[in-house]
Formats: sequence, C-alpha cells, structure tokens
Amino acid sequence: MAKAILGIKRGMTQVFDDQGNIVPVTVIESQPSVVVQKKTVETDGYLALQLGFGEVKERRVNRPQRGHFARARVTPRRWLREVRVESVADVNVGDEIGVDIFAAGEEVVVTGVSKGKGFQGVVKRYHFRGGPASHGSMVHRKPQSAGATDAARIFKGTKRPGQMGHERVTVKGLRVVRVDRERNLLLIRGAVPGPDGNLVMVRGE
Amino acid sequence: MKAGGKEERTLANSVVQAIEQEQVKPDRPLFRAGDTVRVHVKVVEGGKERIQVFEGICIDRKHDSIRESFTVRKISHTVGVERTFMLHSPKIEKIDVVRRGKVRRAKLFYLRKKIGKAARVRELR
Repeated sequence: MAKAILGIKRGMTQVFDDQGNIVPVTVIESQPSVVVQKKTVETDGYLALQLGFGEVKERRVNRPQRGHFARARVTPRRWLREVRVESVADVNVGDEIGVDIFAAGEEVVVTGVSKGKGFQGVVKRYHFRGGPASHGSMVHRKPQSAGATDAARIFKGTKRPGQMGHERVTVKGLRVVRVDRERNLLLIRGAVPGPDGNLVMVRGE
Repeated sequence: MKAGGKEERTLANSVVQAIEQEQVKPDRPLFRAGDTVRVHVKVVEGGKERIQVFEGICIDRKHDSIRESFTVRKISHTVGVERTFMLHSPKIEKIDVVRRGKVRRAKLFYLRKKIGKAARVRELR
C-alpha cells in the first residue's frame, strides 16, 4: 500500500504535548484519497498509483475525465496526483487511503506548491547582501557582476532576478504529531509549503 | 477571540479554531493586569512531579485563543522576577486570584522602574 495521501493545508497553530511544551503544527485536512489508476511497468513503463482527492461537481468535470473516473468506478475527484510505489500488487483501483495510514510520531515528507512571490530581485530571491544605501552608492539592490567578461556570456544557473515561489517544494523530515481519524486531520510539526488552502501530498518516509 | 481578523476570512479558520478551542481550559479564573495571582506550576524534578507556587502581580495579558498568556512579576530577595505563562498550558495546575488591583492601564511595565513602596498596586474596593 502506498503510504501517501492528498490533503489541504488548513493553517498553522500550536498544541501542547504531554510534557506541556508548545509544539508548532500545521493542520492538514484530508478526505480519504481514492486510487483511480494503477500504473504498471507493462502498460506505462513504471510503477505508480494515481490518487484522486477532493469533491467536485459532476458537471465541472470534462468528458474524457468523467470516463476516466467511470472506468475506475469512483465518483469524480477534483485533483489527480501520482505517487511512485514499489509494488501495485496489493492495491486495487477504488481503494481508499485515509489519514489512519499514519501514526503519531512518524516521520513524513510533504510536497506542495510554495507561495508565489512574483518577479523578485536578487536580494529577496537569493539573499544577496545588496550594496550600501547611501554615500554615493548606486548599487543598492543590484546583482552586480554576473560573471567573467572573457566568457562573453552568462553561465546557466547564474543567480539573477526572476520568478520566486509558486514552485513544487518538498519538505522532508517532518513529524506527525497527531492523527484525527474522525475529522480526517493530520497535525504535522513545523511548516508545510504553500498558502492555507493549498493542495499538499503527505508521504511516509 | 479576535473577530474580523485574517483568520476569519481564510478557509483555515473553522478546523484550526476547533483544534485551538479544544485545548482551552475553561476553568481559568478571570483576572487582569494589576491583580495579584498565585500560579500553581507543575515542575518535574528528578523524575518526580511537584507543584511550585509563583505569586506576584500580573503585569501583562496577551489574548489570542490558545496562545493567550500572562506575565507575573514579583520581588524575590530584592530581585525583580518575571515569569510569563501560557494561560492554557497543562503545566499550570491552577491559578488563584489573591487580590484585585486598581490600575488604569492594561500593561504595568512601569512597575519595573519602581522600587519598594512605589511598586505597589492599590487594591480595588
């Protein structure tokens, strides 16, 4: 069974642990994710499970997608995401995966799309120090040198201004603090990528 | 609880607020800055748990759901000591309100500069 579910980041708060210490947590809400498709080596060249998650109105789903869900005999879901797995033999299409696959204390990996910061300069984007603010300085927040002049070009990967954020980010080594089966909640210690309301995938390590 | 703030607008509020509400201890007494309180704190010492009492004047309260905290100031052997507690912390066994103080502001930081008799708060009658 794949140790992965999809969920919605609901925000951060804090809880007290049994010693009375404060633990910062992110609340992730998840209805059970459903297996929509199994990807196998024979048909797709790799092993993965396609998970569906979230409610959606039937009429909002386009026809090809509706057919895809109908084939799996599941109601349409809002999001489809794939997880690579070692084996798909013990899973069936239509299986539901809930928060109860995780236990408190377990280490997890969370993937999501980070908050978009727009087109940003090099000081904010890469923590360049920037130049002096005054005393005749004209290099306040400029990136300055972009490389050697004899190269006559800029090397790939040079840190320059550009889009910051709104990219896929994975955070490893987070710990599950609490699992709430009744409300389908996961409380994970620390921060998780993206704004509140963001779709995130939680995987076992 | 704060109304109309950012939390109210986001999708987060209901679930997150529910989790916070569950941890709120309803038995905490009402008190405010200027009141003298006796805080019974659980301390683990050498594997054993006992109750330690910290008594002093509450000089600051910060309100925010489960994050609500208060600061207690006392003079211990001529040295001013302040401790900030989380109101809903399970480490706090109970809080006794010893005396109600008559004060005209919410934060009594001015007490830090006062020495001796001047550092008192008049009792509310």
